[in-house]
Amino acid sequence: MLASLGLILLCQLIGEAVVRGLGLPMPGPVLGLLLLLILLLARDRFALLARGPLRDDGVETASKGLLAHLSLLFVPAGVGVVQKLDLLASHGIAIILVLALSVIVTLLATVLTFRLVSRLLRQQDAR
Amino acid sequence: MKDNPFSLWVYLSQSPLLWLTVTLLVYASTDAVSLATRRHPLANPVLHAMWIVGAFLLLTGTSYTTYFAGAQFVHFLLGPATVALAVPLYENRKRVVASIVPMLVALVAGSVTAVVSVVLLAELAGLPRDVVLSLAPKSVTAGVAMGIAESLHADPSLAAVAVILTGIMGAIIVTPLMNRTGITDFRARGFAAGLAAHGIGTARAFQVDEIAGVFSGIAMSLNALVTSFLVPLAVTLLVR
Repeated sequence: MLASLGLILLCQLIGEAVVRGLGLPMPGPVLGLLLLLILLLARDRFALLARGPLRDDGVETASKGLLAHLSLLFVPAGVGVVQKLDLLASHGIAIILVLALSVIVTLLATVLTFRLVSRLLRQQDAR
Repeated sequence: MKDNPFSLWVYLSQSPLLWLTVTLLVYASTDAVSLATRRHPLANPVLHAMWIVGAFLLLTGTSYTTYFAGAQFVHFLLGPATVALAVPLYENRKRVVASIVPMLVALVAGSVTAVVSVVLLAELAGLPRDVVLSLAPKSVTAGVAMGIAESLHADPSLAAVAVILTGIMGAIIVTPLMNRTGITDFRARGFAAGLAAHGIGTARAFQVDEIAGVFSGIAMSLNALVTSFLVPLAVTLLVR
């Protein structure tokens, strides 16, 4: 468990270091995600890597534990709303409406594009 | 203890322990309510934990900085949790690879819609320029959005608030909206949730369906990349 958490942190650390070092326009943890994915894929190919946290579902269990309470992790940033009460008092309704409309439009645009493209691909395969 | 109970409060309210405990206990109860309502969208645990803790801070006159000194231990885990998304991705890799083309097209369509729609609507609503700029990256996860806002000389803390509000509204709206469209493909539904509502959408997607959660996580990671490029471009083109 401890080694698995360590491995997750190590992936993030390398991700952050590379992103900072090379000035990449991406978040460090996303690079860390790619790194862990590559490690998991490489483990299936090379038995040599299947040790420590990469054995017996070690890192898998730790990751699922973290993801089980993903919502909790947003609470501290969300409470930051208390710092913006004056702005919300003056522009709150407009901001909420803008964000709500935008999120609906975005959800629809994404889901419809996804469905359209996968339907087109399936038709092509059938032909 | 015997002379002044108030001094105990002064001590506790300045220590990280109190606010970490409050965050965990409040969330544990809002999450229990959410479970008891069988994950009803309106019983969103983040939304309710947020206002309860916020009200608690206002009532006790505690500053956000003091609160965050304790809550940062929870906040910190956002990074490792992003890395942890590699695991569901790995376990469902076959399904993911099979839908790579619709994913990439939907990613472009969704990211552009997210940024353009919020900038245009905010301009239309006559919001001040620095507010418009801070709202622009609202569909990506908090850390990234704050970075983008900073590079635009906008307000990073407002960007974070916009991100959380977007995430919560997305998580509340997504299930009823998708049910109404009649789309039952959980790959597409999850992907939309993660793209529009980042981690809070992803947390919601995992509550509904494991495949939806996986696709949501991918959308959230990819969108963080695309939006970092897109926002500066959209802002130059669209903002007065």
